[in-house]
Amino acid sequence: MGKQVLLIEDEPNIIEAISFILSRDGWTVRTHSTGRDTMDVVRARAPDLIILDVMLPGRSGFDILADIRADPAVGATPVLMLTARGQRKDREMAEKAGASRYMTKPFSNAEVLAVVRDLAGE
Amino acid sequence: MPESRFTGARIREQRLQRGIKQTDLAAAAGISPSYLNLIEHDRRRIGGKVLLRIAGALGVEPQLLSHGAEAALISGLREAAGRVKGGAVELDRLEEFAGRFPGWAEAMVGAERRSAELERNVKALSDRLAHDPRLAESIHEVLSVVTAIRSTASILVETRKLEPEWQARFHRNIDEDSRRLAEGAKALVRYLDAAPGSDADIRSPQDELDQFLTENAYHFAAIEKRGAAAIDAVLDAAEGLTLPTARHLARMHLEDYARDAARLPRATLARALADAGCDPPALASETGVDLPTLFRRLASLPEEVAGPVGLVVCDGSGALLLRKPIAGFAVSRIVAACPLWPLYRALTQPGAPLRRTLLQAWRDARPVRAFAVTEPLGPALINEPPLLRGYMLLLPADAHAGDHDTPAPVGTSCRICPRQDCVARREPTVMQDGF
Repeated sequence: MGKQVLLIEDEPNIIEAISFILSRDGWTVRTHSTGRDTMDVVRARAPDLIILDVMLPGRSGFDILADIRADPAVGATPVLMLTARGQRKDREMAEKAGASRYMTKPFSNAEVLAVVRDLAGE
Repeated sequence: MPESRFTGARIREQRLQRGIKQTDLAAAAGISPSYLNLIEHDRRRIGGKVLLRIAGALGVEPQLLSHGAEAALISGLREAAGRVKGGAVELDRLEEFAGRFPGWAEAMVGAERRSAELERNVKALSDRLAHDPRLAESIHEVLSVVTAIRSTASILVETRKLEPEWQARFHRNIDEDSRRLAEGAKALVRYLDAAPGSDADIRSPQDELDQFLTENAYHFAAIEKRGAAAIDAVLDAAEGLTLPTARHLARMHLEDYARDAARLPRATLARALADAGCDPPALASETGVDLPTLFRRLASLPEEVAGPVGLVVCDGSGALLLRKPIAGFAVSRIVAACPLWPLYRALTQPGAPLRRTLLQAWRDARPVRAFAVTEPLGPALINEPPLLRGYMLLLPADAHAGDHDTPAPVGTSCRICPRQDCVARREPTVMQDGF
C-alpha cells in the first residue's frame, strides 16, 4: 500500500479531482470536508501528508494547522495549504502557522503533484 | 520661529513695490543703509522699534511685515513639502516664498489639502471593497469553482485511457461547476452594479462617526480623566468629522461616554475585571451598574484591559446605532442585519437579558458569546409602551468560560446567507447552490 494523504477541503469536485490524480500517482487518499472534528481524523489516520484548505466551514484552516503543529504525535506531518486568497497577509499567516507549502487557487494538477511528491521526498 | 527672515523679504517686497530707494527708507527709519540691506537679506534680526519705524515709513501695518496669518500658511507649506517625495523643495526659502507670493502659497496649500482628502476617500473606498464580506465570499466561491473546473478539465485532457465511468463522472462535474460559475459570475455582476459608492453619497455622517470611533479604538482617555470637560478638545482634534451631522452624532456619543465613565470609572471596572474576568453578569453585580452601561463601558476599554469586545446597538426600528466589530462575527456597515440575532430577540422581551453562543454562516466565522439586553428610553409613562434600545455585547466564545452550548446558527444579512429554510428570511440569497 502506498503512502497516505489526508485531503481536508470542502469543495466536492476539487476533492474528486485531487483524489483522482493522487490515487493515480500511487497515493491512498482520505478526505475530510469540514473544519469540525478535524484533529480526531488527523490523529486517527496519522497520514504521511496533509492537504489543508484555509477556508473551511466551521473552523479556519490556520487554527487547524496550529492544532496539528501543537500535537506531538502528528506535529511533524508536512502540510500543504490551499487558499483562494493570494494576499501576502494570508501567505504570512500560513508560514507563521507552520505550513510546509502554500498554494493559491486556481492551481494546476501538475503543480499539486509536483509539490506533493516533493513534500513526500523531504 | 525665525520670523525675522520672513520679515526681511517682506520689507524688501513692499519697498520695491513703492519704488523707494534703500537709502531713503533707511534714513526714514533712522538706521544705516547697510544695516537695512542686511535686514532685507535676512542677515539680521529686526527689533520691535525698528520694525515700527520701517512700517511707518512704508505706510503699512507692522503686522503685515511680521508674522500673523502667515504662520498657518507656513505650517501648511511645511506639511505640503513633507509630502513631496524625492523632490528638492527649498525648505530654507519657505518663509520667503510665503512672504513674496502669499496667493500662490495659499493655492498650493489648498491643493495639497484637497489631494490629502481625496487620498483618504480612495482609501476608505478600497477598504470597503477589501472588507466587504459579501464580495470576499463571492470571489472566493468563484475561485473555488474555477479551481474545480480547471483540475477536472486537465484530468480529462491529460489522462490516457480514462475509464468511461470516470470520464462520464468528470464530464458531469464540469457541467455542474460551469453552471455554478455562470450563476456566481452573474451574482457578482449584480452585486457590483448595486455596490455602495455607485451613487454620490459615499460618506454618510454615520460613516464618519464609525471612522472617528474606529480611529480612537472606541476609547477616549481624555474623557476618562477629565469627564465631559474634555469633549470639546476631543472634537476639535477630530479632523475626520467634516459633516455637521457627524459632529453632532459624535458629541452625543461622547456625552453618553462621559456620563458612563462617571458612573463606572475605568479603575473600578478594571479591578472588577481582574477579580471576576470578563463575565458581564458578575461584573454588573459587583460594580452595581445596569447591563447596558456595563456593556458600553466594556466596549470602550482598551483591548489590553478587557480583551476583544464587540458591541452592536440598535433602536426600536432595528436601525444599527453603533457597530463595534469583533473578529469572526461580521456586522455589515451597508445592509440590514440578521433578525435571528439575540439583539433583536431581546426587544420582544424587554428587561430580560439573553445569553447565547452564536456562529455565523461564512467561512472565517468564529463562535462568539453574545449577551443581549434592552434599555428603556426616557421615563416610564402611563399607558405608553416603552421605547427601547437593544444592546448586544460580543465576546470570543471560550470553552473554559462555560461556552459549551452548541452555537446557534445565525446569519450576517439575508443576501449573503446560505442558510436554507430560514423562517426569518426576507429576501433570496445571491448564493444559490452554495453561492
